[in-house]
Amino acid sequence: MLSVLALTSVVLLGIASQITAIVVYTSWERHALVGSDVRLSCSFFSWQWTSPDVTFSWQYRPDGAKEGISIFHYGGGAAYVDNKGPFRDRLEFVGNPSRRDGSILIKNLDFSDNGTFTCDAKNPPDIVGRPSSVRLLVFEKVPVQAGVVTGAIIGVVLGLLILIVAIYYLMRFLVARRVFSLSMSKHGKKGKGKEGSQQKQAGPLK
Amino acid sequence: MLLLLLGIVVLHVAALVLLFVSTIVSAWVGNPNSSSDLWTNCTTLNGESRCDPADTGVWIQAVQALMILSIIFSFLSLFLFFCQLFTLQKGGRFFLTGVFQIFASLFVMSGAIIYTVMNSEWVHESESYGFSYILAWVAFPLAFISGLIYVILRKRE
Repeated sequence: MLSVLALTSVVLLGIASQITAIVVYTSWERHALVGSDVRLSCSFFSWQWTSPDVTFSWQYRPDGAKEGISIFHYGGGAAYVDNKGPFRDRLEFVGNPSRRDGSILIKNLDFSDNGTFTCDAKNPPDIVGRPSSVRLLVFEKVPVQAGVVTGAIIGVVLGLLILIVAIYYLMRFLVARRVFSLSMSKHGKKGKGKEGSQQKQAGPLK
Repeated sequence: MLLLLLGIVVLHVAALVLLFVSTIVSAWVGNPNSSSDLWTNCTTLNGESRCDPADTGVWIQAVQALMILSIIFSFLSLFLFFCQLFTLQKGGRFFLTGVFQIFASLFVMSGAIIYTVMNSEWVHESESYGFSYILAWVAFPLAFISGLIYVILRKRE
């Protein structure tokens, strides 16, 4: 009993500490063609109001390298882009920090830009949090995304199944209705004959 | 009659379980150092193993889709069997159940065939077929026979 209590209190404390941490969001993976531009988005969630001292920093680690280099920093209201590294003259800040958007635009991609981009955002006083990474893959020709064909095939087959079932029930309903209306019209003709003769008699009276 | 029913359900469930295991477990092809299946390629180098998501080719995705569809159809067939068990008239045939199960077996067959034919694209030369692949091939006749039994079976009292 005591151990259950201890366990629940630990779990709740863990959740409570997560409530005050900052959570950074980026895409998981971006695919792009050689020579094109790609926009890497970065946003964050924080329980505090967006501070004027909010900072965004982007780091780039090429595929196969152990360390990353810093390529972008936004702090104190000003954006500082890479002017010496692999992205000089190709990097542009397109985010809106007051709206919690720290996205950057990389122009004219090359195969050497393959790698992992890490975005770290801080919103004082909420500074405890993990940075988030997005993997950039540069292709000559964009391949089929994982799962697109799978989902398409499954969706088409199940859709056909549902369509066939729906058509079957619709046909049954229509046939039943037709049979019903035919039988009704048979009865109706007999009934209308009687009514018509009654009306003719009532008419001259009026 | 009850024994027959139980036997048929056991056969159906066995086919379903084989389908599940074949789809999920990562052992379609492999060698002592690596294994790959429909979803990931795992390699062990110097005691450290890492897994990458599978190639995003069109054919492997088709195999994924077909295996998942076969599981779905087999499930639907089991569900329909119990439905029809209680609603079918005496002397009626479990036609719908059988049709769904046969479809499931056809999907597994096409998936296994596509994998066999096209796997030169994404499988290393040194790798040999693993047990998940064999299970897929075993599940096909099992599901097919199960479907046929449903189509032939007549509901008795």
